[in-house]
Amino acid sequence: MCLGVPGQIIAIDDPAKRIATVDVAGIRRKVDLSCIVDEDNPPESCLHAWVLVHVGFAMSRIDEAEAEATLKVLHEIGELAVEREAMLTSEVQ
Amino acid sequence: MKYADEFRDSALAAGLAKAIAEQLDALGATEETPVRIMEVCGGHTHAIFRYGLADLLPKSIEFLHGPGCPVCVLPRSRVDDCLAIAMKPNVIFATFGDAMRVPGSKGSLLQAKGDGADVRMVYSPLDALTLARRNPDKEVVFFALGFETTMPSTALTVLKAREEGITNFSLLVNHITIIPTLRAILDDPEMRIDGFIGPGHVTMIIGTEPYGFIASEYKKPLVVAGFEPLDLLQSLHMVLKQKVEQRCEIENQYARVVPNTGNAVARKAVEQVYETREHCEWRGLGDIEQSGVQFNAAFAAYDAEKKFAIHNASVPDPAECRCGDVLKGLAKPWQCPAFGKACTPEIPLGALMVSSEGSCAAYYQYSAVHNEALEEARNAKAS
Ligand code: SF4
Repeated sequence: MCLGVPGQIIAIDDPAKRIATVDVAGIRRKVDLSCIVDEDNPPESCLHAWVLVHVGFAMSRIDEAEAEATLKVLHEIGELAVEREAMLTSEVQ
Repeated sequence: MKYADEFRDSALAAGLAKAIAEQLDALGATEETPVRIMEVCGGHTHAIFRYGLADLLPKSIEFLHGPGCPVCVLPRSRVDDCLAIAMKPNVIFATFGDAMRVPGSKGSLLQAKGDGADVRMVYSPLDALTLARRNPDKEVVFFALGFETTMPSTALTVLKAREEGITNFSLLVNHITIIPTLRAILDDPEMRIDGFIGPGHVTMIIGTEPYGFIASEYKKPLVVAGFEPLDLLQSLHMVLKQKVEQRCEIENQYARVVPNTGNAVARKAVEQVYETREHCEWRGLGDIEQSGVQFNAAFAAYDAEKKFAIHNASVPDPAECRCGDVLKGLAKPWQCPAFGKACTPEIPLGALMVSSEGSCAAYYQYSAVHNEALEEARNAKAS
């Protein structure tokens, strides 16, 4: 119900009404940009952006730098655990 | 999908599960005395079951499934209000699909549709507004339910209706807010929670600041999490890391979508249209003060409660329901006497069995847990 899915803005249909077209895993539909535009970020700036879509509204721009940073930490924890396991269980006897 | 596959890597998940197991050992957690983490959001509950995360982790961690599923906490009386409006002549009643099968005391919206009411399932409140535009001689009512995540969408739709001068459109508002409910849960003397996985999409709107009291007053860690399996594992790792280091802070694992400040534009729209509701009823949890919103005076013309003179009257849940205990994490779904018997996804008694985010539906659908009630229920169905 509070589901949000990532999609990419592929066209700005009506900048004045803040209406765009979003592609969500191949499905296209109109999406309202009101929540992600302001004076500094006009509707036109949303073209090609990845956004989080919830019930017909783009609710947030996906921040690629943050995504990369999270993934980096994830890899560190995940790989370190595997490394440590390998060290601890190494069968040298 | 962007940043979905990257967060579903199974080798990495196994590595994280190991790291979590080490943390649990360091904390001295055992199967008998597990670390208890509440995932507040129903979307997280669904993901935990769907990806089998509990099976990946040691038994020394226990997930408590929180109240963050708006369909699950929808009281019977509110469904009755929906039906009262939907059954009126000349009304088109539009709702998110999730709400269609929630039982009220006189049936569900789906049953009302079968009985001839014009009930439409829509994806967006904007689609309900389109219905109003296309049917000027009908009254279109949209059932606005959901947490903070969904409030901006209904507020903006009403603002749009006003801008266009559309008057045959109104909303039955059942928007609820998570913060008062978290406080109520924390104040419940029966509850024992060691930390929280915080709701990602609610926080995208409200930001991380409103959770501050959980760390400062109640000394519990909370980590806002995304919805992919690795998001959840990483968030769990972050909560446990705080425990190991004896910190309690509000952290944000889902920064790619959730800025710590939330979404000010969305909040402004909500503030323009809604005001706090003094009392709000939650199914299973009862009345929680100031845990919802209603239209403010300036938008009274869009309030379906006023337009159709609805006076919400509370109706008790069926006696055998243990929805409240399950919602608070005090009982597991299979401990409810109705589970799998009087209450199944096909014929639900409680709302936790309706939504895919409800913990009863999740246990029923996914759980490999071997317990009598579940086995019995499955066998009964098969025969
Ligand atoms: S099994 Fe049904 S009645 Fe029992 S707690 Fe779950 S939803 Fe409620």
